[in-house]
Amino acid sequence: MSKSEVHKYRVSTEDLQQIFKALSSKDYQNIGPIQRDGAIMLEKIQSFDQLAAGFHEDLDKGVYRLSQKNDGSLFQYTVGPQSFKKYLYPPRRKLWAATKTGNGFNVEEGDQPPAKMAFWGIRSCEIRAIEILDRIFLRGEFSNKWYEKARQDLFIVAAGCTKPSGNCFCTSTQTGPAPKGGFDLSVVEVIDKKNYFILEIGSEKGQKLVNKIKLQPASPAEIQNADKLLAASEKKMSKRFDPEEAAKILMENPDHIHWNEVAKRCLSCANCTLVCPTCFCSSTEDITEITGDHTERWLRWDSCFNGDFSYIHGGQIRPTTKSRYRQWLTHKMSGWYDQFDSSGCVGCGRCITWCPVGIDLTEELLAMKS
Amino acid sequence: MSDKKKLAVWKFASCDGCQLSILDCEDELLLLADQVEIAYFPEATKTIIEGPYDVSLVEGSITTPHDALRILEIRKNSNLLVSIGACATSGGIQALRNYLNVSKYVNAVYAKPKYIQTLETSTAIADHVQIDYELRGCPVNKYQLLEVLGSFLNGKKPTIPDHSVCVECKLDGNPCVAVAKGMPCLGPVTHAGCGALCPHYYRGCFGCYGPMENPNTTSLASYVSKNGLADGDVLRLFRNFNSASPQFSNESKRYETAK
Repeated sequence: MSKSEVHKYRVSTEDLQQIFKALSSKDYQNIGPIQRDGAIMLEKIQSFDQLAAGFHEDLDKGVYRLSQKNDGSLFQYTVGPQSFKKYLYPPRRKLWAATKTGNGFNVEEGDQPPAKMAFWGIRSCEIRAIEILDRIFLRGEFSNKWYEKARQDLFIVAAGCTKPSGNCFCTSTQTGPAPKGGFDLSVVEVIDKKNYFILEIGSEKGQKLVNKIKLQPASPAEIQNADKLLAASEKKMSKRFDPEEAAKILMENPDHIHWNEVAKRCLSCANCTLVCPTCFCSSTEDITEITGDHTERWLRWDSCFNGDFSYIHGGQIRPTTKSRYRQWLTHKMSGWYDQFDSSGCVGCGRCITWCPVGIDLTEELLAMKS
Repeated sequence: MSDKKKLAVWKFASCDGCQLSILDCEDELLLLADQVEIAYFPEATKTIIEGPYDVSLVEGSITTPHDALRILEIRKNSNLLVSIGACATSGGIQALRNYLNVSKYVNAVYAKPKYIQTLETSTAIADHVQIDYELRGCPVNKYQLLEVLGSFLNGKKPTIPDHSVCVECKLDGNPCVAVAKGMPCLGPVTHAGCGALCPHYYRGCFGCYGPMENPNTTSLASYVSKNGLADGDVLRLFRNFNSASPQFSNESKRYETAK
């Protein structure tokens, strides 16, 4: 849509409910943030009421705490341990199976891609992450067919981040906090006597969906309120670095003494890579029935922090934690530019929050500078 | 004579839980019995068929002079020897004796200590004989056990990842209990295989599967210690079912001497 066509609307929670219902009636599986076991998790939901309401977060390095207020808010937290990646590229997937027959074997199809999905409350950083995944998985002849199908039928309802966490740094990676493109609908939540949302339509698909819902155009003052919140959000993020400079520093310092220091703390547990919305490494595993008559090949997420992952004929390429951490950070923040035309980091801060010993990659980058 | 592979299941110092995991296979048990000849498995059958055996599963640790000799005979009689469970792979919970004076205990517990012949330590099977494969866990996971046996029968490498329990939590969608609840959890240094059983039930990992491939126990211990866990609790975190594994043992010793 061209700039001149952008209209903004003031919508209520009830209007969002209508949109939710409209998506359901068009056979979309709604998927959104809910509260489970003390964290914001992304799950398939049948009703709008299941969305996490009134939740606020208090994040630090290696620390995640949720609290709840009776303020009826919907998007006053940032991101939990999961990213929507898990629905486009599931953690485990059966690729195919084979069963022995008299003089050969039959090959059976594996898991099929999901039907139409609608992602709710997706943040700007993660829309950028999906665009990165697109560049990895959608490569013409070599496309990941499963991903391609899941992506094709996707509907995106974005949410602007007005309350960044202490671990967010999307201003540095220039991936937020305001969603800029890549969505069908986008909302910015304004907390007021009666909360409202400034809705923006980002695609024909989005326009078509809301056609039958009566929308009230937003007043300039209301739009300004939302813009002010987003501007304040940018200022709140204190972690700063220059991604292009970081890329250069990392590539030039494979032997920096600081790699030894971070390796002393790094657990090599793989959490950072498994919460990252752009990490895409996987392994395939063969599971054979004890009779040998049936076998299945599964794909599962893997990580450059796992020893098996770099095991080839003759041994491991990266046997030490130091070499694994260096591989991860250098690939993500530097080598990624050569491979996929951008950094692999979108500033969501998940790897900082969910590191069990609180390693902060922005601090590690700064240490490499000296 | 049957051309099926001969399977033997041996017990050393242990609770029998790992052997029970074989019997727990229920649905797959008859399939297993079709594929192999169960030649020696006193927990399941009185029938004993003489060796040599194609594959021996060994449960339990070595705690007596008699057992130290017995394992040598079993090794000689087995083509493939797989130690199963925390006792067989790291000495088990009974390896807590390794940190104490055993003769003092023998004198305190038994009316006639002279009849007790025991070693000062509880040690893993691999400390006594060459082993071909180790399956971790307290107890072992029955699906992993079937995977090891099935792989052996079908000539493939078993799919038993040696990464951290954290990978299982993340793949299953468990919010991290360490980060979200501040619980001490051994998951980041522990070998996967249980399917992250304890975090599934909102508990920190107890480390039943022992150390993962490259555990950084020192970093984890100092982090939980800095965050308020008392030295004694850090010590007990590592001194559990796999207390004699070198990595857990060394880490626990640091908190024994720390003041």
